[in-house]
Amino acid sequence: MRKVRADLHLHTCLSPCADNLMQTAAIIEQAKKAGLDMIGICDHNSAENVSVLMKAGKRRGLAVIPGVEVTSREEVHILGLFNTEQDLMRLQDIIYENLPGQNDEEAFGPQLIIDEYGSVVGKNPRLLIGATTLTLEQIIDAIHQFAGLAVASHIDRQRFSLIGQLGFIPKGLKLDAVEVSVPSSVRQEYDYPVVTSSDAHFLEDIGKNSTCFMVEDASVQEISKALRCELGRMVVIN
Amino acid sequence: MKLTELIQKLNLSVRSAKMHLDREVAGGYASDLLSDVLANSKEGDLWITLQIHQNIVGVASMKDLAGIILVNNREPEPETLEKAEIEKLPIMVTEMPTFELVGRLYSLGIVGTK
Repeated sequence: MRKVRADLHLHTCLSPCADNLMQTAAIIEQAKKAGLDMIGICDHNSAENVSVLMKAGKRRGLAVIPGVEVTSREEVHILGLFNTEQDLMRLQDIIYENLPGQNDEEAFGPQLIIDEYGSVVGKNPRLLIGATTLTLEQIIDAIHQFAGLAVASHIDRQRFSLIGQLGFIPKGLKLDAVEVSVPSSVRQEYDYPVVTSSDAHFLEDIGKNSTCFMVEDASVQEISKALRCELGRMVVIN
Repeated sequence: MKLTELIQKLNLSVRSAKMHLDREVAGGYASDLLSDVLANSKEGDLWITLQIHQNIVGVASMKDLAGIILVNNREPEPETLEKAEIEKLPIMVTEMPTFELVGRLYSLGIVGTK
């Protein structure tokens, strides 16, 4: 068993609200510098930069978890973290089928698709900042259908969070964990395991908040066991 | 009715784009879900909300709204103001809650478009 330090919620330049410098090599290097063993790439409603980050991470010995931050019809943000890119892409198909609108770059910012070297190879035309027409429950079910982990984003914040939008956590929601953005909020009692991550939109924020897991290896499967305290795996918040 | 006139009659405090207040207000829309405003507001509408995040400016400029009024004494975030200045989008604040403000606007002749 070893300690894996993870920041499971980072954006790339694909998210319109993220800095354009959030590119492949820069993210990986900054994560290494911050002492992370594992990062999750979770752009808004799209996963088109995940593949290049995974490849670049592999070369540098950094585990990159394929993920996405989905916006529900209630405008609540939910992270989906997956074992494989294929599983994630199946969720992306569902998101795209249920995400209306086209991006207005002037209003919300560019949505850059990059290659391994950080060159811009395209732009996502969809309104990624928008909300899907899917309910919270539908999103969580879809994440689970593809063997992913469903984590409610930054629930200690007012905006786009489960508690901010709804005022409470609905009973019986099948979340695998809740994420807080301020480590001190961890001490609050929730009915779910708690992780803390940076939700970085800028390079300098990568690793500002992280969660340590005692696990066999840096994989979603192991994280899943740690969240459920199975077989000696556990979450060590710091 | 012009925005300037509404600001005066309802005693609204202007937080951004103070040089761009002479726009005609075509109607009103009240909602706190950005996606709802994107889908249903109309050009020239005045938007009443409690959301203070910078994305409100993106939504308002995409839909070419006349301005945003924040209710319940809520103040826009610094990034919101910065963006609103660039977009020349007036953001006003009031201590009134949504229900009260919308009622006053309606009685002044600002109606929901449709």
